Amino acid sequence: MSGSDRRPGIRPRPTLGRRLDIAARRAFPVTCTILLMLLVELPFGFAAQTALLPALTFGCVWFWSVYRPTAMPPPLVFLIGLLLDLMGYLPLGVSVLTLLCMHGAAVRWRRFLVQQGFAMTWLAFVPVAVAGSALSWGLTALLGFRLIPAGPAAFEATLAAALYPALAIPLARAHRSIADPERA
Amino acid sequence: MIRLSIPARQALAKLTLPVLIVASFGLLLLGKADALLAERARMALADALAPIYAVLAEPLGSVRAGVQDLGELWSLRSENARLREENERLRRWQSVALALDAENQRLKASLRWIPDPPASFVTARVVADAGGVYARAVLLAVGPNHSVRKGQIALDERGLVGRVTEVGARTARVLLITDLNSRIPVILENSRAHAILIGTNGPRPRLLYWPEGSPPQEGERVVTSAEANAFPANLPVGVVHYSSTNAPEVEPTALLSKLEVVRIFDYGLGGVIPPETQKKPTPGRH
Repeated sequence: MSGSDRRPGIRPRPTLGRRLDIAARRAFPVTCTILLMLLVELPFGFAAQTALLPALTFGCVWFWSVYRPTAMPPPLVFLIGLLLDLMGYLPLGVSVLTLLCMHGAAVRWRRFLVQQGFAMTWLAFVPVAVAGSALSWGLTALLGFRLIPAGPAAFEATLAAALYPALAIPLARAHRSIADPERA
Repeated sequence: MIRLSIPARQALAKLTLPVLIVASFGLLLLGKADALLAERARMALADALAPIYAVLAEPLGSVRAGVQDLGELWSLRSENARLREENERLRRWQSVALALDAENQRLKASLRWIPDPPASFVTARVVADAGGVYARAVLLAVGPNHSVRKGQIALDERGLVGRVTEVGARTARVLLITDLNSRIPVILENSRAHAILIGTNGPRPRLLYWPEGSPPQEGERVVTSAEANAFPANLPVGVVHYSSTNAPEVEPTALLSKLEVVRIFDYGLGGVIPPETQKKPTPGRH
């Protein structure tokens, strides 16, 4: 079911090595997102480390949903959201819903965004990060039946928007090289 | 593998996202209906990750300490002078404390005072932050055959840190006294007035519900109260400090932002009943 199978034309069946290569390149976005999430949870001991986990996850899911949605399909977004809920100590389902909405927005606007280049993608990510943080804040408050301070959510959105370029540059490089199944 | 026609496959691909969004709503409800499920899943994940964090915590700690040392080299001289002066002052206080302790022992002996049983404790390393964005908690690596239970009390070398809220196979989660859900019965040391310490997720929890006529005083020490049988009496919690809005807050004695090692004490208190034991067999179910 690899993408190269669907193109017209007759070509020899890919060897096992090549198929493994394609699979690894396809798995790269999700694997690197999960590894980054685990890395960010390490006890570095600096303040505001807790906001880093959702901020970077938002950025990763947004980037890959815009540039390579086949490698970030909704079921895996669901899985990443579940992991974020468990690792970020949020009520179950909050990040799942947030990330799926983010993914949906990215897939809907990606044709426009990919043509506009990096600055536009970043600019579009800012309201998405704000909406995502607000949604997870609102749901957390709703599920706990109590008002929680909005400061951390605002900080999370700011951090996500501010860190996006630093995250997107290495990801864009990977997108064109090691994560590209066409180059297998 | 089932071979689907291309339109069917496209239709299925279009349906995945809405179906999963509905499933996430289901997950929200499930998490709300069965809080224990989320807690178990969380502790299972923490158990799986804790060994990795524990291995990496030491080199990370030494790197952090190295960076801190570099910063401290600048202020070495002034720091040394300050410590000498403080040491001098503390020596005087030590002699006072020893004299008071001896006097206390004598008085207790003459009163036939029943001493509190000594509490047993285990020491555990803090391996990760376990609070996320909207809570204040830490994750401890406690080893596979631990005796840590819910409701036990965590202290660092200075004062009260919090309470164990979730226990896994090799990890335990401690809710800090600064967490939004933390409520601790305390005593103001000068007036012996009772109050409740309420976490705000900020660095300093607030004091509420002190009796009329004995407001907390700036700089007054705050200790735990044995009321509600959740804490033993007289564990050091912090010092009263009035905020800019004139609300009494407590500056915690424990270094909550730099926790590395905490002690978990078992005082054998049953004041906080963990949810599992609270579950009673539901009457009327046939």
